[in-house]
Amino acid sequence: MESEKLVEKLLLAAAASAIFIVFFIIVFMLRESLPVFLEYGADFVFGMTWKPAEASFGILPMIVATLLVSGLALMVATPLGVACAIFLAEYAPPLVRNVVKPVVEMLVGIPSVIIGFFGLMIIVPFLRTHFGGYGLCLLAGGLTLAIMTLPHIVSISEDAIRAVPRSYREASLALGATKWTTVRKVILPSAKSGILAAIILGLGRAVGETMAVLMVVGNPETPWIPTSLLDPIRPLTSTIILEIEYALWGSMHERSLFAIGVVLFAIVAILNLIAVRVIKRGVMA
Amino acid sequence: MVKTGDKIETRNLNVYYGNFHALKNVSLKIPERKVTALIGPSGCGKTTFLRCINRMIELTDGARVSGEVLLDGMNIYDKDVDVIALRRRIGMVFQQPNPFPMSIYENVAYGPKIHGVRDKRKLDEIVKESLERAALWDEVKDKLHENALKLSGGQQQRLCIARALAVEPEVILFDEPCASLDPISTAKIEALIRELSRDYTIVIVTHNMHQAARVSDYTAFFMLGELIECGSTPQIFEKPRDKRTEAYITGRFG
Repeated sequence: MESEKLVEKLLLAAAASAIFIVFFIIVFMLRESLPVFLEYGADFVFGMTWKPAEASFGILPMIVATLLVSGLALMVATPLGVACAIFLAEYAPPLVRNVVKPVVEMLVGIPSVIIGFFGLMIIVPFLRTHFGGYGLCLLAGGLTLAIMTLPHIVSISEDAIRAVPRSYREASLALGATKWTTVRKVILPSAKSGILAAIILGLGRAVGETMAVLMVVGNPETPWIPTSLLDPIRPLTSTIILEIEYALWGSMHERSLFAIGVVLFAIVAILNLIAVRVIKRGVMA
Repeated sequence: MVKTGDKIETRNLNVYYGNFHALKNVSLKIPERKVTALIGPSGCGKTTFLRCINRMIELTDGARVSGEVLLDGMNIYDKDVDVIALRRRIGMVFQQPNPFPMSIYENVAYGPKIHGVRDKRKLDEIVKESLERAALWDEVKDKLHENALKLSGGQQQRLCIARALAVEPEVILFDEPCASLDPISTAKIEALIRELSRDYTIVIVTHNMHQAARVSDYTAFFMLGELIECGSTPQIFEKPRDKRTEAYITGRFG
């Protein structure tokens, strides 16, 4: 009985440590970034100019860049991913499914630097030759990120589609519906909340992704809001990693990078909250 | 040709699930506008037989069918038969009520819509008529746009019947339609089946022999994949010809 109590205590400590780590990271980031928010307030989030040397810390172009590149990635990955999920769940023979699904899920395990490398060596030159410009641009970032979010969308959507009760399928087919009609009118509406959650989680992943994006979007010295798909962009994540190296320790510049981290964290947290809500609503309905 | 009065006839119908011979040489005639009950112990092939009649059996992985199923003299397993058109003619009601997670109205309108009815007035009419025929209209007429899953089990099953009626089938297959219902709901469904048999050919699989005796005109007894005996319901229950039929209906096994 004594050892039972001990095990329980140890497990509790392990569980508590996870919470403490998250808690300390948040406290640390808030403490480091607080002076920025106090001094610049809304001008930090909505300011248009980022020139740390001139004490200009406006990150709106980066927020927009992050949202655009992530949104673009989803616009490419969602139709492709949902179509793939429908194929796997409804049309593929078991043999094909048992090969394709693990392969798609393996995509998750590929280190992002490798996907970034692929983007840099294949997508960027392709865009440069066919559309002009440097190739390092919003579109290259969107396509690279699409590759990274695709497996999440396929995997979660496929689970959602397979969770639709078989009896719905049978009822529809027995009424003389074709398979495609059944998918469109019964299965997709029933799996809607799961698919939506997959897309939102994919968006969260895209917003936070650093390395692969950094490698292919160009990262101009002075960020601006892109006006074309072929404009280079500077997302939030790139800025932190590019400038942390030379920002003076304790300077407003360094603190503003932490503040960017807080903004990033807030965006991802909000997306996750929305995803959880969407999933819950799906379960209740 | 099938002789007049028989809507469906099976000839040497065999079904295999992989190596398992689930239905063995079943030849059975199902009369038009009558209720035919299929009874027998679990695993006897009665549901398999039912699912052959609208080719739902093809959804089961590894199922193979041989033999003929004639609907008005046409073999529904011929290569050029359109399974979509076939399933419009042969509706099905399942063991568990399975309304779609949509409104009551949308459930009934689903079939007509997928078969091309667009006109709102026409759809309204079909929905009302189908719900009336399924004896559900009075209970739901004020909440047609509420989610169908809010209905009770018995109401859901009558909604499924209305949904099947909405595509104007000629035959309705019932696969143990009362298996999950309470006695009062069961009585309502049974009365409805009797009523519907004036216009439709009905085949019902049931575990409940009293139910077979109450609702059917003809009864077929299955055992271990074979059709043992068929005949008018009073004959099967009062003077069974086969010893196994007698043993089953007197409750010695099953």
